Amino acid sequence: MAVAPLPASAHRPAPEPGPTPVTRLGEQVFDAVAEIGDVAHFSLLTFVWIVRKRSRWSVLVPIFYAIGVKSVSVVAITGTFIGMVLAVQAHHQFAMMGLATRLGSVINISIVRELGPVLAATMLAGRVGSSMAAELGTMRVTEQIDALSALGTNPIYYLVVPRFLACVLLIPLLTLMGDFMGVIGGAVVSTQILNVDSFAYWKHTRDFVDSLDVFAGIFKSYFFGAGIALISCHRGFNSRAGAEGVGRAATEAFVFSFIVILFLDFVLGLGWNSVYQAIYPQAQGLL
Amino acid sequence: MNQIPTAEGGTAEDLISLRAVDMRFRQHSVLQGITLGIHREQTVCIIGESGCGKTVMLKLIIGLLNPTRGSVHFDGRDVASLGGKELVAMRLRFGFLFQMAALFDSLSVFDNVAFGLREHRLCAEDEVHQIVLDRLKEVGLPEGIEHKKPAELSGGQRKRVGLARALAINPEVMLYDEPTTGLDPIMSDVINELILQTQRSKRTTGVVVTHDMKTVTKVADRVVMLYPLARLEPGESQILYDGPPEGLETAEDPRVRQFVRGEAGARLREMAMQRGAVGAR
Repeated sequence: MAVAPLPASAHRPAPEPGPTPVTRLGEQVFDAVAEIGDVAHFSLLTFVWIVRKRSRWSVLVPIFYAIGVKSVSVVAITGTFIGMVLAVQAHHQFAMMGLATRLGSVINISIVRELGPVLAATMLAGRVGSSMAAELGTMRVTEQIDALSALGTNPIYYLVVPRFLACVLLIPLLTLMGDFMGVIGGAVVSTQILNVDSFAYWKHTRDFVDSLDVFAGIFKSYFFGAGIALISCHRGFNSRAGAEGVGRAATEAFVFSFIVILFLDFVLGLGWNSVYQAIYPQAQGLL
Repeated sequence: MNQIPTAEGGTAEDLISLRAVDMRFRQHSVLQGITLGIHREQTVCIIGESGCGKTVMLKLIIGLLNPTRGSVHFDGRDVASLGGKELVAMRLRFGFLFQMAALFDSLSVFDNVAFGLREHRLCAEDEVHQIVLDRLKEVGLPEGIEHKKPAELSGGQRKRVGLARALAINPEVMLYDEPTTGLDPIMSDVINELILQTQRSKRTTGVVVTHDMKTVTKVADRVVMLYPLARLEPGESQILYDGPPEGLETAEDPRVRQFVRGEAGARLREMAMQRGAVGAR
């Protein structure tokens, strides 16, 4: 009896099954861990190059100008509005309790310890971080970073170290600027528009806000600056090809920087409170 | 010329040698089992379809990438084992003309060409000035162009500035990545002439990655043709041809002749079969 030939499909190997959800999850976890390791390695190399070879002034000055000087207006405007909005929002509640003269202490402590540093860093992550990631990403996809290496220059030394130094050294100064404008904005709205007594406003501010509070904000901003620089440069260095890749690197630079800013704010806040309690044990109840 | 074979597959005459090199990016294999030696003052053209690993090979030679397996040797030393000052010293013996020239956007033409000299303090500033102007003149660029930014240059000018930058550090080996891609025929010929002139006047060793058969005919002492790994038969070498440019037209392998003549017939049939196989699923 003749045997009917098998249908063509029977000879074909069965299609390979696609990855299961568990496999995909596993891959994503591996990728995330590898990414964290890569950022750590990148950061370590940056620190090594800071120590190993001094950056040239001719490279540093334009980057300091672009990151520091060009961000002054953005930070000043942001700071002013933070102070003004705080005054407007808090005044109603305080006035109802007859504590309008205490407005200065609340506005100014919020600005110098939390809102000033965090919002200045957020603005800078948007303005400086995205721009650094886009610039370095473009350099990556147009092979300029390879060209640096081919010319015997380490790209981390030439591109990352100056940007890292600019962010770490200038973001605290910009934060100070933002704090100052916030304090002025809050005071102008409170005393000139909401008619809070000027003497009482400043007296309560002086009683409640001391230089350690200002220092706490500035201290945090060093870490925010370092986080913004390392994450943004890392995203730029690992940008994928094309306009979409560079755009994605810029977006990720902002989003990841923002997450890191909030995370560092939380961790440093906890650490700072411990220090504060050690210095002023009597203030424990106020924190 | 007698060539003494070494244990790893290169010869003592080779300035550059790739020994059983594999290169893989994640799951994607680009190069497999590549063994190739390049002598001093020889100009080798590497040809092959897009995506077959030609540029990757250039980057392996200068140590911008490290092979997944095997080794790349330059002047007898394993490139992957070099670090710090030794790696910098090795790279300064190379000039690299990138596909899109890779000029630094933020620097002027002058600063681009002077970059290597200044960064490694190879000479005094007044000497740098003279070298930059000489190199720009050698590649036929007009006076005054040194003040322009790369964005203000045409494609041909960018390539020539890239060449001037590579030549400024007086390299022993020139690596060219598709030097004529995107240029008009006249400018392509200008670049070919400049490659030839560099090769003759500076006695450099050259590795030219190109699709352009005119470049091959004009500048090559030797041609190596690579084939994409995905389309090789099992056990086949990725190097389909390794010989003089004159032998390309009469090569045994029909794929070499098809590539040289630009005949897409066999490739189109292959693509149609692939489409058929996908449709049948």
